[in-house]
Amino acid sequence: MYETLSRFAQTWGFGFFMLMFAVAVAYALWPSNKSKFQAAARVPLDEGDPTDE
Amino acid sequence: MEAHAWIFFTLTVAALAVLVLWAGSLKGRDPFDQTVYDDTIVKVGVGVSMFWGIVGFLVGLIVALQLAFPNIFYFDQIGWLNFGRIRPLHTSAVIFAFGGNVLISTSFYVVQRTNRARLAGGLWPWFVFLGYNMFIVLAATGYLMGVTQSKEYAEPEWYIDLWLTIVWVAYLLVFLGTIWKRKESHIYVANWFYLSFIVTIAMLHIVNNLTIPVSLTGSKSYQLFGGVQDALTQWWYGHNAVGFFLTTGFLAIMYYFIPKRVNRPVYSYRLSIVHFWSLIFIYIWAGPHHLHYTALPQWAQTLGMTFSVMLWMPSWGGMINGVMTLSGAWDRLRTDPVVRMMVVALAFYGMSTFEGPLMSVRTVNSLSHYTEWGIAHVHSGSMGWVGFISFGALYCSTQWLWKRKSLYSLALVEWHFWLATLGILFYIVAMYFAGILEGLMWRAYNEYGFLEYSFIETVEAKHVSYVIRAVGGGMFLTGALIMAYNLIRTALGHGEAAEGEVTSSAPAALQPAE
Amino acid sequence: MGIMNKHETLERHSLALTIGILLVVAVGGLVEIAPLFYLENTIEKVEGMRPYTPLELEGRNIYIREGCYVCHSQMVRPLRDEVERYGHYSLAAESMYDHPFQWGSKRTGPDLARVGGKYSDSWHVDHLKKPQSMVPESVMPPYAFLADNKLHFDDIEAHLKTLRFEGVPYTDDMIANAKSDLMAQADPNSDYDAQDAFVARYVAAAGRDNTVRIADYDGNPDEITELDALIAYLQMTGTLVDFSTYEADDLDNRR
Repeated sequence: MYETLSRFAQTWGFGFFMLMFAVAVAYALWPSNKSKFQAAARVPLDEGDPTDE
Repeated sequence: MEAHAWIFFTLTVAALAVLVLWAGSLKGRDPFDQTVYDDTIVKVGVGVSMFWGIVGFLVGLIVALQLAFPNIFYFDQIGWLNFGRIRPLHTSAVIFAFGGNVLISTSFYVVQRTNRARLAGGLWPWFVFLGYNMFIVLAATGYLMGVTQSKEYAEPEWYIDLWLTIVWVAYLLVFLGTIWKRKESHIYVANWFYLSFIVTIAMLHIVNNLTIPVSLTGSKSYQLFGGVQDALTQWWYGHNAVGFFLTTGFLAIMYYFIPKRVNRPVYSYRLSIVHFWSLIFIYIWAGPHHLHYTALPQWAQTLGMTFSVMLWMPSWGGMINGVMTLSGAWDRLRTDPVVRMMVVALAFYGMSTFEGPLMSVRTVNSLSHYTEWGIAHVHSGSMGWVGFISFGALYCSTQWLWKRKSLYSLALVEWHFWLATLGILFYIVAMYFAGILEGLMWRAYNEYGFLEYSFIETVEAKHVSYVIRAVGGGMFLTGALIMAYNLIRTALGHGEAAEGEVTSSAPAALQPAE
Repeated sequence: MGIMNKHETLERHSLALTIGILLVVAVGGLVEIAPLFYLENTIEKVEGMRPYTPLELEGRNIYIREGCYVCHSQMVRPLRDEVERYGHYSLAAESMYDHPFQWGSKRTGPDLARVGGKYSDSWHVDHLKKPQSMVPESVMPPYAFLADNKLHFDDIEAHLKTLRFEGVPYTDDMIANAKSDLMAQADPNSDYDAQDAFVARYVAAAGRDNTVRIADYDGNPDEITELDALIAYLQMTGTLVDFSTYEADDLDNRR
């Protein structure tokens, strides 16, 4: 059991990371998200207040 | 524990008394007007952060002086002033009291503005803020009385831990509750970083503090895990406290305050997303690098080392993203010392996140571990990165919260900047020198094949470095005192801050051409 | 587009984001730490390990209270210079009854994993009272007050019971006699039957002779002080395991 668990940690840990990373990159670079991210990046620049729509 | 019961009781009664007085003064006014941001709590938070910062730096200076001049700064019969009790006081004061209050205050500031919503939960934000500071007071007085688990950065005993857990759950709910009130679908990335800080710290805190009290009326408890299991749990916690308290929390500050201060969107929002997920994923695996060459199984050490080296990549991605946000506004580095402070913070972040992976390589670690090199590393990270980005955020938020056109004196910010920068350099150069020196002396052999130096000779060799380190720490503290003065005068509206109130942080003249 | 829609949810709904974060950070810890709880593979087979005696346990609690770990490690690494300076490298088995562990992370002072027996009791008394009297260049704080503090051990049974609940093999006998065992260990002139019974209990647990020592550690026969307890603890650190029978190359001991 110990052997299995430690082997699992060593191999699948890395595999899971690569998968995670690929998903995050795909999401970040997905063309249809571009405009949304551009709008989001400007969020801190306007002070706004809670009545803003 | 009895003393703590009294402290808890007294402070709670005081808080309730203030609450009653406050409720009486309302006279029908809605205290939770949903059309304005709750800035009072952030204002108080900024002041409290500054206070704890100075306390933490001062205690740091005292412990530095104890090592430099043990014959002057130790007292035979006053056990509670000994190094072993006040060094945890120093680390907790700077990390949890100063850093924690900066994080709570700025997160309350940022979450309202990026979600266009008033803080959720009525009085609950005050419970979080005051409750957290109650935790600080209990922890700090506990260390002086000898109430400690002696687990690094997790020293407070079981009942103080339980209290923090309650406060932390309330914090998560206030933060999430505010996000739930937003109108746009997208959550600004700074909030992701704050959220990962809150969620992960909760998990780490609970698991690492699993402990069984000897009795319900006594402070002593025994950790549930022992030996090697306790060691790995502790450094999984300790490493990720650095990752999620001192890194993601302060990266959230970077992702809001730098763009806001220079009035430009973050260099690459896409990069910030990749930065976020890869950082939080890799960080959590890297803890075992604190246990190289120990009785921890080697496969776990290797795994920790691998992920530590990988960690270099997202860390620098984030640093580049922050620095490049200034592109097209580089002149602000010259004209605005607050911007310069935050960019230098990123430079220190880059430096210590390059050094960290280096130190996690086993062969390097065999030299650096247990030495002052580690002290140099954590201080370039904490004074340089955490300290400077916090100072930047406190300068900005004081000016903005009190709606001042400028700070009281930019010249004083210049003084703070240079004193603190030189202070850090004195500090870390002295400690790198001492660390590498003692590391090499420990493993030095003479011509006959015997160890060249006794342990005490390596202590003696560090004396001058200890003195220089204390000087550096003193300069850093002086800078913080200047800052506190500047913030108070700014809040009062004196000097350059007096030129009328403004509503926007960036005066029209300073807006860059699009 | 399936995966994109999922991510859209992740970020639009903060609860999903929260859970996403929790999953990502929980995985590393779980997968990495969980295997270590299979104790038989993590901890070597050695002879001589026993639970702390009540006096040593009280001493260890003072070590914890005073924060000694901020300057002293208890972990000798398998490096040539460390083994020559401090002794045999530390085994996981040697800290298996340590709740919490005290491996430390900084050596402002020397490693203490094997300080037991290196100096005399009276050296420790003088050194703890004023370190600079024994080692002039030392930067260690003075602990003279420990010699004046009477040791409080009224609740020692509860301490042993708590540790037994966590897996430390204290026997019913050890718990029932904790107080008398503590007093016996701190006073060579106490009731000899109590002393014999005490030694027998802990030697049996260790499975090896000379693993229990009785002494008036602080040189003050009038009362049992915190200094007694602390020195009793320091003098036993790293002395239990019988390294003459330890097979480092045995496959069972490979980690």
